[in-house]
Amino acid sequence: MYALQTEDLTLGYGEHTVIDELNLLIPKGEMSVLIGGNGCGKSTLLRSLARLLKPHSGGIVLDGEAISNKPTKEIARKMAILPQSPMAPEGLTVLQLVKQGRYPYQTWLSQWSEADEQAVQKALRATHMEEFAERNVDSLSGGQRQRAWIALTLAQDTDIILLDEPTTYLDLAHQVEVLDLLFELNKEDNRTILMVLHDLNLACRYADHIIAVKDKGIYDQGRPEDIVNEQLVQQVFGLRSDIIKDPIFGTPLCVPHGKGRMVHVREPADI
Amino acid sequence: MTKYTSFRMRTLSFLLDRRAIWIIATLAIAVILTALVSIGIGEIFMTPDAVVKALFGYGTDMNELVVKQFRFPRIAMAILAGAALAVSGAILQGMIRNPLASPDILGITWGGALATIGFLTVFSDKANALTVSIQWQPLASFIGAVLAGFLVFILSWKNGISPIRLVLIGIGLTAVLQALTTLLMIIGPIYRASEANIWITGSVHGTNGQDVLTLLPWVAVLLVLLMVYSRRVNLQELGDDVAKGAGAMLLRDRIILLFISTGLAGGAVAFAGGVGFVGLMAPHIARKLVGSSFGVLVPVSALVGSMLVMIADLIGRTLFSPLEVPAGVFTAAIGAPYFIYLLYRSRNK
Repeated sequence: MYALQTEDLTLGYGEHTVIDELNLLIPKGEMSVLIGGNGCGKSTLLRSLARLLKPHSGGIVLDGEAISNKPTKEIARKMAILPQSPMAPEGLTVLQLVKQGRYPYQTWLSQWSEADEQAVQKALRATHMEEFAERNVDSLSGGQRQRAWIALTLAQDTDIILLDEPTTYLDLAHQVEVLDLLFELNKEDNRTILMVLHDLNLACRYADHIIAVKDKGIYDQGRPEDIVNEQLVQQVFGLRSDIIKDPIFGTPLCVPHGKGRMVHVREPADI
Repeated sequence: MTKYTSFRMRTLSFLLDRRAIWIIATLAIAVILTALVSIGIGEIFMTPDAVVKALFGYGTDMNELVVKQFRFPRIAMAILAGAALAVSGAILQGMIRNPLASPDILGITWGGALATIGFLTVFSDKANALTVSIQWQPLASFIGAVLAGFLVFILSWKNGISPIRLVLIGIGLTAVLQALTTLLMIIGPIYRASEANIWITGSVHGTNGQDVLTLLPWVAVLLVLLMVYSRRVNLQELGDDVAKGAGAMLLRDRIILLFISTGLAGGAVAFAGGVGFVGLMAPHIARKLVGSSFGVLVPVSALVGSMLVMIADLIGRTLFSPLEVPAGVFTAAIGAPYFIYLLYRSRNK
């Protein structure tokens, strides 16, 4: 089963084509990660899947129906997107932020139904943000702030969640915290997650499915342990590397070549 | 959920911020009290209870005449114009996601100014007497303000409206409108220039009951429409991508909000002239009081705006009495330093 599907999708800005006639299937209930070099079009692809960008040609199919034919509110009840480094206005509380994920369910009369309240509570609980509900978003730490934004997309109560680099600007501990949360949402709630990640090693550890974007199309896709190897890293990132097994998780771990300090002690005669 | 109360009645449901409700109530009372005191102050002094008596028809004939004919319409206009300008600014600041946006910057006020001086020029005969009634001036000002608003809108259209382009075009258009206004003032007779100048500064002097009754329903309807739209502004404040992702029809919402904002500012400007900086300051003060949730920001901005114009008017007609200084002089006197303070703060961010 597929959650999302593109049909001969061509994307670009003005004359410049970024993605060319792409046919892509996003598996349902899995955690998929888009990887690729800077400017390869992975964020553009993600944004167009979320209808934030109009395709030059081709289309996107959600639940067997082209999204261009569906009302935008109906799509918002099936698919949520968290853009890259979103900004909250000054003085907004976490609750006021998360509440807005309920927009596609509200009318101008019904602005805070029981269902709205329950969904918001659930989202706050899942992201461990209950105790911060009345705090201002600008007073939170980077990791907490990102969890608040994820809570907003969860409040939308959708089967599909798209995220554009949800770990940017976070330190390593917060990156793991955010990815753990998404992992839980995927494994426990069975939600389809598709995101762009920059860190290949974290991508290999969390993703069921990796999609490597290159040359206006897909270079390869599949389970990280099946597809991520020295050749892929060379082709997609233009980087020579060694791929070893993560000693704890057993997933592929990329050790890039290049310069750096050598720590192991060698006799001068060896060099 | 201690800060909030849920309100539910069949299909109707809202989440209310309790602290904001207290702030709104307190401000509303403060506005009413200030109005009563302000009505009492002047050539003939009245205590607030004498004002209340006069308003409800139990005062002396003299008091009733002064209150009903002159002072009440004037204060009511200050309240209405202040509220309309403040809310217009609140909409723009929310939509453009920039705290420095206001109807003054988008050229709406100067559109009104140019139309006013244009009206005075076109409808003058050789002896420089007006050929049509001065009653038509507010209509001319309103049309000018709204046209300027839409001109900004059309010029900044390019596959939709980007807020930053709106601001840049607004600033450009303001400069052009200012130049044309100055030109008309220079080539016309001197007294017309000074008449236009008072309008540009902004004053509620000489408001009559009919003016208030014309503006009141217009402002009321737009405010109700805006309250219905408030959650869309909240969503837009999170950025285009978040708003679109959550299912907002961004373009349609922007057009409607821009219409409401221009309509409110145009209405205020038509009667009270270019009272400056209220649209900038009031939403700011309101945001400090209740945060940026639009449903409460609108009433609080409106009340703060009313208060500002009312106090500016009170100072203007008492400080140098018997000389009258337009209210706009004082809103600008507080507003300009406030604007610099804002710029200074955003520089340090």
